Amino acid sequence: MHQATVVWTVFAKDVRVEWRNRETLALMCVFGLLLVFLFNFTLETTHEEALRTLPVVLWVTFAFVGILGFNRSFAAERENSCLEGMMLAPVDPGAIYLGKMLANFLFLAVAEVVVVIVASVWYNFSFVAALGWFVLIAFFGTLGYVAVGTIFGAIAANTRMREVMLPVLQFPVAVPIFIGAIEATGGALRGDAPGQFANWLKLLVAFSIVFVVLSYLLFEYVLEE
Amino acid sequence: MKKALSLNTHALVTLGWLFVALYMIFLYAPREETMGEVQRIFYIHVPSAITAFVAYFIVALGSVMYLAKRSPAWDEVAHSAAEVGFVFCSCVLVTGPLWAKPVWGIWWTWDMRLTSTFILWLLFVSYLMLRSYLVNPSRAATLSAVVGVVGAADVIFDYMSIRWFRTQHPQPVILGGPGSGLDPRMLATLLVSWGAFLCLFAFLLRLRVGLARAQRELGEIRRTFDMDLPEVQRGQ
Repeated sequence: MHQATVVWTVFAKDVRVEWRNRETLALMCVFGLLLVFLFNFTLETTHEEALRTLPVVLWVTFAFVGILGFNRSFAAERENSCLEGMMLAPVDPGAIYLGKMLANFLFLAVAEVVVVIVASVWYNFSFVAALGWFVLIAFFGTLGYVAVGTIFGAIAANTRMREVMLPVLQFPVAVPIFIGAIEATGGALRGDAPGQFANWLKLLVAFSIVFVVLSYLLFEYVLEE
Repeated sequence: MKKALSLNTHALVTLGWLFVALYMIFLYAPREETMGEVQRIFYIHVPSAITAFVAYFIVALGSVMYLAKRSPAWDEVAHSAAEVGFVFCSCVLVTGPLWAKPVWGIWWTWDMRLTSTFILWLLFVSYLMLRSYLVNPSRAATLSAVVGVVGAADVIFDYMSIRWFRTQHPQPVILGGPGSGLDPRMLATLLVSWGAFLCLFAFLLRLRVGLARAQRELGEIRRTFDMDLPEVQRGQ
């Protein structure tokens, strides 16, 4: 089968499953809402404070929300032995990885939109001025994070602790992504000249690409039994 | 490395070398002008840091080789290097604040250099934790090799970050280029200490690899004779 067909099939399957029960996505959105509420409620929210804390609040929320999705992504495949089916399928494991990753990316992106809208209201902060840069930063930050999360989610599904293992496994590796994303987001939201946060964005883009390529290449080892 | 140096000789060499390093650190190296005696921790801090990076390099190398060759020996090298590297990396994180408190006035700051060392430490921790939660030995080897390789991207970032970002941390002195002005006696002490640490690292690594191999062979013997295995080793 053609590579792209496999990617699309896996992606479409995950989206269809999610569309029919809407469980994971609902959980992610509600959890994101709760986190933003907690942060907003406990931290000062003057405009200057918001500029300082908002990037951190957003990315920490994205990180925790993402974990929920990545855990479900492969836990769902274990039920009814779907994972064995994937292993037996005569297709490139890398393509399966890309399909799963794109689905995770979509779910996390949807949850992020909800989180950003809510944060915008509660923090009384308009994202419109820096929307272009923010979307770009969020795109690459999310891509890198999802790239690591998808492969590590598959690895964690093999351990005794499953869900509990994933954050311990992937946060250390994802730290550079978050440092880059938070610094770049801070710069963009403050309205700095793009040159001032361009280095962070470059770091983010470099890491996203490295993680996607590495995970794509390594996924065949994760899937074998 | 196999029979070139017996384990006992290696132990003696390491011990002797460490004593020489200790002598040089405390008696030979001159007293630093501004920082005073506390600066001497530098001769332990820097070699530990370099050794920790070398250890992760071996973890990554062992992981790649395991994925390519599927020989358990490479996995044992990676696993052992992670354990020993964790010790050295912890040593960096302990000696650093001990030096920073009198010199900077604070134990810790989220400076890029410190952050990246902490990330390296976290990578060791998560690698070792993953191993302890994986049940089936061959799956454990494959999956932790994958984690070891992905983590290597972070270590490269760690290494580069100290050159990309302005940091509060002193710049590298060994390959720091001209103007890093280190007293020749200090440089000699650092190099001897560094050698002693690498020698100690190699010794511990050999010891740990030997242990891992013995464990594997014992497992194989037990399986061959179908002796009772503890539940955890049987796999999922």
